[in-house]
Amino acid sequence: MSSIEVGGKSYETDEEGYLIDLSEWNPEVGNYLAQTENVEMTDQHWEVINFLREYFEEYQIAPAVRVLTKAIGKKLGADKGTSEYLYGLFPYGPGKQACKIAGLPKPTGCV
Amino acid sequence: MLHIINRSPLSDIALESCLNTATGGDILLIEDAVYAATSGNAFEGKLRAAMGRFKISVLRPDLEARGLSDRVVEGAALVDYAGFVELVAANKTCQSWL
Amino acid sequence: MSDIKKFMFVNRKAPYGTIYALESLEVVLITAAFDQDVSLVFMDDGVYQMKKGQQTKGIEIKNFSPAYRALDGYDVEKLYVDKESMDARGLTEDDLLVDVTVLSRAEMGALMDEQDVILSF
Repeated sequence: MSSIEVGGKSYETDEEGYLIDLSEWNPEVGNYLAQTENVEMTDQHWEVINFLREYFEEYQIAPAVRVLTKAIGKKLGADKGTSEYLYGLFPYGPGKQACKIAGLPKPTGCV
Repeated sequence: MLHIINRSPLSDIALESCLNTATGGDILLIEDAVYAATSGNAFEGKLRAAMGRFKISVLRPDLEARGLSDRVVEGAALVDYAGFVELVAANKTCQSWL
Repeated sequence: MSDIKKFMFVNRKAPYGTIYALESLEVVLITAAFDQDVSLVFMDDGVYQMKKGQQTKGIEIKNFSPAYRALDGYDVEKLYVDKESMDARGLTEDDLLVDVTVLSRAEMGALMDEQDVILSF
């Protein structure tokens, strides 16, 4: 088990840097995790992060990339529901990187 | 289709469920499911009633291990491990009822 | 993928008492990524997996039942529940957390015959 230090508070993560307790997440932690992934957060990034958190809240799973892409297209507009758009924001994979920043577990089936 | 069952019908409804649901085919009883094919057990009647629709096989080593190889109900075929493999190979699909 | 196979997942165990229900769900979610023809069957105690209103805080196990509502987004739309199993447990379709197709034992058996692969949990 590892941990990260954000704003004077310690948060437990797994060996790959995913937050253990997603209820501890806050935007500050999100920003910190984004830095560890070398992702510069913009409104577009936050839109995806917030979407992921809402999705998890509702279904208790992190969506597979294909499912995320489709759902984003439905919710935020077809121009954003493409893997080009999402990989543009999160070069190492929207599933892997965005889920980590959102404080979610790694999506099932994502290795 | 080959249906493989490994639980005693007296403690688990897997075999009963299989008999009630599947349309027919092969049934192989292994591990604790071999008790289903022994004479005098409370499930014997249901197994016998299903023999028209299903071909029942019993894995001999599991039966022997439980000291019941001399009590197999009539109409059930005893198979060894090679026979197990043959059953799997002879069927297009195989369902293991857990 | 050119070769689409018919995969059926047969769920016969209640949730939480054993790990089977959760394991099945995870395998289903992974299989869904491979564009196969996936059906889910809930029979015997497996119908309890579909029960609405599961609250697992008190047993400190993750409540995975909301994930069944996500299956639609994974293009897993074929959910079948055995009527006899529901009846035997005092459940009706209104008790279930997603829309399902209710089948008789005979219909279920016929559906199994159509499959290429059957995985039992």
